[in-house]
Amino acid sequence: MTIHIIVNLAYLISAVLFIFGLKLLTSQTTAQKGNLLSATGMFLAVVVTLLSNEILDYRWLATGIIVGGIIGAFAARVVAMTQMPQMVALFNGFGGAASLLVGWTAYRTMVMFDLFTATTIFLAVLIGGVTFSGSLVAWGKLATYISGRPILFPGQTLLNGFLFIGVLVAGSLLLMNLPISYSMLIGVVVLSLVLGVMAVIPIGGADMPVVISLLNSYSGIAGCAAGLAISNNILIVAGALVGASGIILTNVMCKAMNRSLANVLFGGFGASGGTQTLQIEGEVKPISAEDTYFILEAASSVVIVPGYGMAVAQAQHAIHELEELLEKNGSDVRYAIHPVAGRMPGHMNVLLAEANVSYDKLVEMDDINRTIAGVDVCIVVGANDVVNPAARESAGSPIYGMPIINVDRAKTVIVLKRSMATGFAGIENNLFYKENTRMLFDDAKSSIEALVSEFKQK
Amino acid sequence: MGMVLVLAIFVGFEVISKVPSRLHTPLMSGSNAISGITLVGAVLASGSAESAMGIILGTSAVIFATINVVGGYMVTNRMLAMFRKKTDGGDT
Repeated sequence: MTIHIIVNLAYLISAVLFIFGLKLLTSQTTAQKGNLLSATGMFLAVVVTLLSNEILDYRWLATGIIVGGIIGAFAARVVAMTQMPQMVALFNGFGGAASLLVGWTAYRTMVMFDLFTATTIFLAVLIGGVTFSGSLVAWGKLATYISGRPILFPGQTLLNGFLFIGVLVAGSLLLMNLPISYSMLIGVVVLSLVLGVMAVIPIGGADMPVVISLLNSYSGIAGCAAGLAISNNILIVAGALVGASGIILTNVMCKAMNRSLANVLFGGFGASGGTQTLQIEGEVKPISAEDTYFILEAASSVVIVPGYGMAVAQAQHAIHELEELLEKNGSDVRYAIHPVAGRMPGHMNVLLAEANVSYDKLVEMDDINRTIAGVDVCIVVGANDVVNPAARESAGSPIYGMPIINVDRAKTVIVLKRSMATGFAGIENNLFYKENTRMLFDDAKSSIEALVSEFKQK
Repeated sequence: MGMVLVLAIFVGFEVISKVPSRLHTPLMSGSNAISGITLVGAVLASGSAESAMGIILGTSAVIFATINVVGGYMVTNRMLAMFRKKTDGGDT
């Protein structure tokens, strides 16, 4: 009995460490300490579980921990910062898979049927399965193994409806504790995996920040359900914390795109968005690197607006170099970060941090918009929809109403872009046709490097 | 258990809504690592398995959850180290 008390006390300490760890994440000076506290909590929870007397055989357990530990450590060490979104997606998926398997095992070892436990097992398997396969699809899209465009086909909604009903029917049969209940559990496993795939394929690449946040939340909820199934408090607490965090992030991302969660999940946005034919006035004015240099050389304030294109071109280090040269030349340089720039929440911040950009130069959307009229030059690096004035001007545009960084209100806008191809949503960008916009065509990294060498020569 | 659940959700919302947007990626990967707490459940499942099927399920659960935990914390630490080194300059 005493061991039981010790284990629960240790779980309580773990839970407190998780909460403190998350609390320290509210400031970048303490965040790393917070992460270590959280990891300590995890270590404690796992160690006391290993010591509890329910464990009969350590051999397979040790194998699993060693194999998983090596894979996890290796992956965390080699991943490039630009690959972070797919990494997070993959880890999310593994968390979901673990919850599914724990739920499954809990069902197999259930001695006496009880409805509450069976219900939580059903939820752990269902949510864990959706998280696992959904995350794998998200990972494939982010790593561009599969197309980032929404995959839509006729009857999709109907099929999804049938799948969902199928899961509910299988679940109900499972909960009735019939002789076929175990096969129904397998049915729930299979259907939940299919559902996860179906849920993520219609979602386009630029909506990935929402999807990752949501899957993050699911992985927590699945863990929480698994905790209820095996009545383990630490799983319930930690799972609920993660669930809450994911939901908050999902909400922030949806607001930043001025769209409801339902619209993101079922909209297939981007597949249908390209049909609008709005009249755009003006013409595209290309500019050379040399002329761009003269504009920048004379600018006293410069704002850099990074987007997913910066991540693709790996241009963050070159940008930091340009920033330093501009400052040496007497310009005031800031970075404007849109909440959904990139493929996951905070994506741009991580990349710029990697390139040693000082965080007090990073300005959030609302703050930059207040002062943008006084800015001499805005450099848009691989951002598209988040700077499209159509969101403000064209009531018919699919992105109308979305909060954007109003770069078109700066005196001059330099857009770094490979070609005139439209962004993921297939929407023409009114910005490119504005009087004060110049297009610097090339790969973002080569363009920036060209500017850097212009500065160095002169 | 119901009370534990409700309190945890409440605390989660309170704490996490104060995380600034520039730290959202580390928040996500850090909380993702916490969701690897399923490892505790997986350890119990794997350690008490008596059949071949039980061993397969339990051990796979342990592998998945350990990747999630170890990888999640390490990658978060790597990111936060980058955020931190710039504050050594003096300000803040």
